[in-house]
Amino acid sequence: MFWEQLINGLTLGSTYALIALGYTMVYGIVQLINFAHGEIYMFGAFVGLFLVMAGMNIFIALLGAMIFCMLLGMLVERVAYRPLRGKSSRLSALISAIGVSIFLSTLMALYRGTNTTRYPEVLGSTTYNLGSIQISSLQIIILVVSGLLMVGLQVMIQKTRLGKAMRACSQDLEASSLMGINVNRVISATFAIGSALAAAGGLMVGIYYNAVWPYMGTMAGMKAFAAAVLGGIGSVPGAMIGGLCLGVMEIMGVAYLSSSYKDAIAFAILILVLFIRPQGLMGQKTSKKV
Amino acid sequence: MEAFLAQNVDGYYLRIMIFIGINIILALGLNLITGVTGQLSMGHAGFMSLGAYTSAILSVHFGTPFFLAIIAGALLAALFGFLIGIPTLRLDGDYLAMVTIGFAEIIRVFFLNFEPGGKAVGFSGIPQETTFTTVWIIVIVVIILNTKLFNSRVGRSLFAIRENEIAAEACGINTTRMKVLAFTVGSLLGGLGGGLYAHYMYYINPQDFGFMKSIEILNMVVLGGMGSIPGTIIGVIILTLAPEVLRVVAEYRLLVYGALLVILMIFRPNGLLGDVRIYDLKKRWGKKEVKI
Amino acid sequence: MIILELEKISQEFGGLRAVDGVNLSIIEKEIFGIIGPNGAGKTTLFNIITGIYVPIEGKLLFKGKQLNGMAPHDIARLGIGRTFQNIRLFDKLSVLDNVRVGCHGVTHSGFWSGMLGLPGSRKEERLILDRSQELLEMVGLTDKRYEYADNLAYGEQRRLEIARALALEPSLLLLDEPGAGMNSAEKDELMGLIRQIRDDRHLTIILVEHDMNLVMNICERIAVLDYGRKIAEGTPNEVKNDEKVIQSYLGVSA
Repeated sequence: MFWEQLINGLTLGSTYALIALGYTMVYGIVQLINFAHGEIYMFGAFVGLFLVMAGMNIFIALLGAMIFCMLLGMLVERVAYRPLRGKSSRLSALISAIGVSIFLSTLMALYRGTNTTRYPEVLGSTTYNLGSIQISSLQIIILVVSGLLMVGLQVMIQKTRLGKAMRACSQDLEASSLMGINVNRVISATFAIGSALAAAGGLMVGIYYNAVWPYMGTMAGMKAFAAAVLGGIGSVPGAMIGGLCLGVMEIMGVAYLSSSYKDAIAFAILILVLFIRPQGLMGQKTSKKV
Repeated sequence: MEAFLAQNVDGYYLRIMIFIGINIILALGLNLITGVTGQLSMGHAGFMSLGAYTSAILSVHFGTPFFLAIIAGALLAALFGFLIGIPTLRLDGDYLAMVTIGFAEIIRVFFLNFEPGGKAVGFSGIPQETTFTTVWIIVIVVIILNTKLFNSRVGRSLFAIRENEIAAEACGINTTRMKVLAFTVGSLLGGLGGGLYAHYMYYINPQDFGFMKSIEILNMVVLGGMGSIPGTIIGVIILTLAPEVLRVVAEYRLLVYGALLVILMIFRPNGLLGDVRIYDLKKRWGKKEVKI
Repeated sequence: MIILELEKISQEFGGLRAVDGVNLSIIEKEIFGIIGPNGAGKTTLFNIITGIYVPIEGKLLFKGKQLNGMAPHDIARLGIGRTFQNIRLFDKLSVLDNVRVGCHGVTHSGFWSGMLGLPGSRKEERLILDRSQELLEMVGLTDKRYEYADNLAYGEQRRLEIARALALEPSLLLLDEPGAGMNSAEKDELMGLIRQIRDDRHLTIILVEHDMNLVMNICERIAVLDYGRKIAEGTPNEVKNDEKVIQSYLGVSA
């Protein structure tokens, strides 16, 4: 029973991780909490749904959703955040993000109504037995796909030029631009990648829980954000670990404590982390340069 | 007074005026925290909720008189503000935003599960004691006290913290203590507004105090002009009336709302009255002095 | 009498020794200069003295009292005022209010008395207003007192910062590149101002500067920092002719 819950937790957690990565990467470079990120995740789920309903193979749909959200994320950055960069306070950027979040969720609600839609049966779910532990094929797929995406991300960040540029920007944006890095492009790319990952998370959640609805992004977004903070906001491995931990803790909390407080678990963790170790599990204490 | 109003003013307009009054109290509370002191609080509805439920439970289950219940609600909200403020305000600004979101959510889930509060079904039977007069007398008192505070030594120090925290410290301002003070007082007003709300609506529900409510109040402060009392009032009026005025296009209201926020931030981030201060008026009067 | 004593003060940032075993003894009422190449640790030293950074080693004594670990606002209230290298004014407050905020450290009206308008606070407000206007007069900004601070010209902003720092009634004033961005006429005025405030108010002044003319003319003693270490100290003439200083910073005049 425990192992099943653990697997459930890791499955849920990897979707949180995929969303959390978007938050953490954007925050690391532009210090913005992208409130609209949850809505990108939601769009990923829906676009995947539309593509599947149009008859496409699930993996093509995944790709399609990721590409769509990549573009959406870049569009949002261009229209709602870039004009505010540098000249306005952090607060204006945050409020702009909230505006985008409201806009996008309402858009989908107007188009689809607020009710839940079910995903058509795309991947039959077979249950496997590893000794006495049961795991479904769906869970395996989610864990594998998430794992691949996360590994891919790490590789990209550590080994490619873009990755290096991203790391430089997260350390010192101004200096990076002075060194000839096209900061605007790096930021766009960061949003693109984060959005693609969130889209994947959205689609997989849609299939796993067999439900999508326009406001699914709000709660998931906030929880994924808590996961990013838990892992250390700005740290990529942190977001991965934070997401997995949060998923496990949430499932365990529901299984062993109480299910009615499920949603509060993420936020309780958030507050605890901020009080005890604000830099999160993987973050480092930074001292301000005055 | 109440009777006079009931006879001469249409009930609908009365209702709106009361909402505007309550929202002004809520918004001025948030304005003190975010507009004046520059600390972003995104869970103001959580304090509203605490004030609402506390006062409602006291009224209904314990027969507490209206004013005592409201005050108790406000004080409890302030207490929580204080408790949360102390550990959080030592940290970087973004953390307060995160903590307040988390806090408001926990409060919401708590009341969803809180038996005496009616859980998800909500809490009804709250005596309708909030009157136009009550609300507006409180509003006027709050406005006066806020104005005096802004022009005092403590008020100035809060503005200074918003502008440049490190310089404020160099001027001898204990920034953490001042931030906690602002946050506590702001939360108190949030709780006060919540109590008044509960005793007007007769029925409350945890969903009334969700994240969107916090955002609504934040928008009133931001739209009107951060740190400005007249600005906040204007923001409240516009955003309280808008849903009524736009009832026709109710479905699209949120869409427009979201887009409006983005546009506002890009073109006028300090809100409508944010950049207008008493100084400009003084300057104009000053120029009227004739040079001989 | 020694007003400020730094004993083997060191500070590290991620492995880099920004300040390394610095010893300084500042004499009351002197104008003391600190010079050195960029990155030598001068501003870091100021930040340590004012409590923004806590040194990893060493002792910091102000009028005999240990400052290590004290919060910046407490240090300010003890009587150490400062200006900042990158001008830190309260941009959206008026010039007058900037100085009035400066008075915070030496005044006491609290939340209740301010909000309720009690007589004690009203009296203090009058005092604050008078002091602030007097200080603005001294730096020549009376005409601009209702302007937003960020509307001022650069040189005026620097003077405003000095006025604000003086509102604190400090006995020690730290000026971080007060002359940066000024033309020579303004710098002459600045020198006059610095001497005036030192003489009139019995202040001790420590000054970080890059303009050698300013430093040599106005400072009575100078310390030179390089890579976080003090490499020389003495009167302007002594320092000007010091080998190490010439090599690392001043250069050889042919």
